[in-house]
Amino acid sequence: MEPEQPSPDTERESLHEEPHLPPPTLWPIGFAIGIVVVLVGLIINPLLISTIGAVIAIVFGILWARDATAELRGQPLVVEPERREMTEAGEGMTAPPADQQGVALVQVPETAVTRSVFLEGATLGLGAAIGGLITLPVAGFMVLPSFLGQEQHKVDLGPIEKFPLGKWFIATFVVDPSQGEVSRRTAFVRNNGNTPNPEKPSEQVPSFTIISNRCAHLGCPVQANGPIGQKYTGTPSFKEHTLTGPAEFKSVTPAGYGCPCHGGQYDPEGNRIAGPPVRALDRYAFEVNHGRLVLLSTYSVSHVEGSGAQAKIYKYKEVGPGEHVDGPEQLFYPINPPHH
Amino acid sequence: MATTYRRKPTKSELRRQQMEELVMFPIDWLEERSGLIGGIRYFLFRNVPSDVNWMQTLGSAALTAFLVQAITGVILAMYYVPSATTNPKTGNPVAWESIVHITDDLTLGWLVRGMHRWGASVFIILMFLHMGRVFLFGAYKYPRELNWIIGVLILVMGMMEGFTGYLLPWDQTAYWATVVGINLNGTAPFLGPWLAQFLRGGQEISGETLTRFYSLHMLVIPGAIIGLITLHLYLVIRLGVTSPPWSKDAAGMEPEEEEAARLRPGLTRPVPRPSGASAMQAEPGGRE
Repeated sequence: MEPEQPSPDTERESLHEEPHLPPPTLWPIGFAIGIVVVLVGLIINPLLISTIGAVIAIVFGILWARDATAELRGQPLVVEPERREMTEAGEGMTAPPADQQGVALVQVPETAVTRSVFLEGATLGLGAAIGGLITLPVAGFMVLPSFLGQEQHKVDLGPIEKFPLGKWFIATFVVDPSQGEVSRRTAFVRNNGNTPNPEKPSEQVPSFTIISNRCAHLGCPVQANGPIGQKYTGTPSFKEHTLTGPAEFKSVTPAGYGCPCHGGQYDPEGNRIAGPPVRALDRYAFEVNHGRLVLLSTYSVSHVEGSGAQAKIYKYKEVGPGEHVDGPEQLFYPINPPHH
Repeated sequence: MATTYRRKPTKSELRRQQMEELVMFPIDWLEERSGLIGGIRYFLFRNVPSDVNWMQTLGSAALTAFLVQAITGVILAMYYVPSATTNPKTGNPVAWESIVHITDDLTLGWLVRGMHRWGASVFIILMFLHMGRVFLFGAYKYPRELNWIIGVLILVMGMMEGFTGYLLPWDQTAYWATVVGINLNGTAPFLGPWLAQFLRGGQEISGETLTRFYSLHMLVIPGAIIGLITLHLYLVIRLGVTSPPWSKDAAGMEPEEEEAARLRPGLTRPVPRPSGASAMQAEPGGRE
């Protein structure tokens, strides 16, 4: 190949060595900000903020005009042209002829940010800003609704007179009517009769044992081990259309509870007696409102001592199945997600 | 066998020539503007060891199984309704009814749903067999460790597909399997309870869990699998196919033919040479 003549590309390259006209300036931006402040001030506070905006606009306007007319007024422009070393030609470029090299070679200070580096950083920075602006709210929408605004549902189970003293019932009820069947839950309910209020011993308050059927192993539905129905228990089953929806109560005499999935076994108070569960069955908090039994949220139980109204229940905040609430394993679950 | 004599081409020869031009024109058009044909030729006609084994088709088989899942899944999504609400006329959930509709009412719906349902197991089984072949052939060793890692990620993604897809029929099996599956995740130390609540979309399984699993099953995870498969294939093409462990070629024994001598020791990928495909990809008039 013949040695190449300086191509038109190279000539155009050398044109870059000349100062750019007009030079880049920030004054118009300041001027625009001033105008914006004036306009905003007209709405908020014309006297104060608009005045500040006017001052900003006038100052920047004067500076802008001074710069723009500098050449007309015969003052030299103070703009340093960008220079690059041209001794080594990159791909697709040819080195300038030897007599031009001295002209092109201007030592750029080490600290100088060249145009290309600035544009590279600006592209990356702007891209990151745009990406972040889009990603953050979207990721928040993906994750946060699962944890925030969890509603507590109160479930009405009807008048407490319907529950004979000391008799167990398998209660099924819909927790959230808007969700429908998927929110159907089962609990084992026993009326323990009246018991002295622990805060005011002179007062008598109703006591119920309400055990959730969610297995403390992996959340399968535990079943009552015992005969179901009036024929065996002597207590009639009944249905009730309560304030929160239809509920069904089957009488039962449980010798305990068993899980069909992995064989966890519990005693009638919900204590684990065999199998893989890590704690006792969860229980429902309740209140008696105008003589009606109302279920509140569930809470977790490590174990129960005694039974009925006198039982000593070791209560913990509601946690998921398979989570230890006591013993050294509880250290594995230091922070639980928010729960109603 | 070029003909050296000149004569007027016969009519049939002319017609043949015209046909060839007709076929080649769009191919050439595409190649000139995209280089795609050269890329496909490079992929299809690249060199592999002479003693490759039928076992080495298991990866392609798994890929085919994935494509079957993708195509049948897209078509099932045209009929499936991911709604946990109850149909007031029948008292059944809408999602479950749409599956019954696909299976019992729609023409060939039973077949496509069956392909998707059984193909899921086929995909997982083929991935495991492929993994076993790679392990027994030692094909995970340098320089292919990264491809093993990507393969494991595809396997995990495939299992997540199985987990999320299992809920979609919205029957008792689906519901309780998902209850247990999510609670299993929930027992993981530290972040487990948070992961479980994220998967459920709240404290309890609800209609939102169904729509969430549907989105994961048909958009998020398949997208990730497609990306990972692309990377996986790129590395297969870049690093070449491994010889079986009994290969004499790869062991550097019996370099009888010139072909064997061109293998670098320890590597089964031949030294690159200009071929039709790579010549097409080179810059016009540029250096090699």
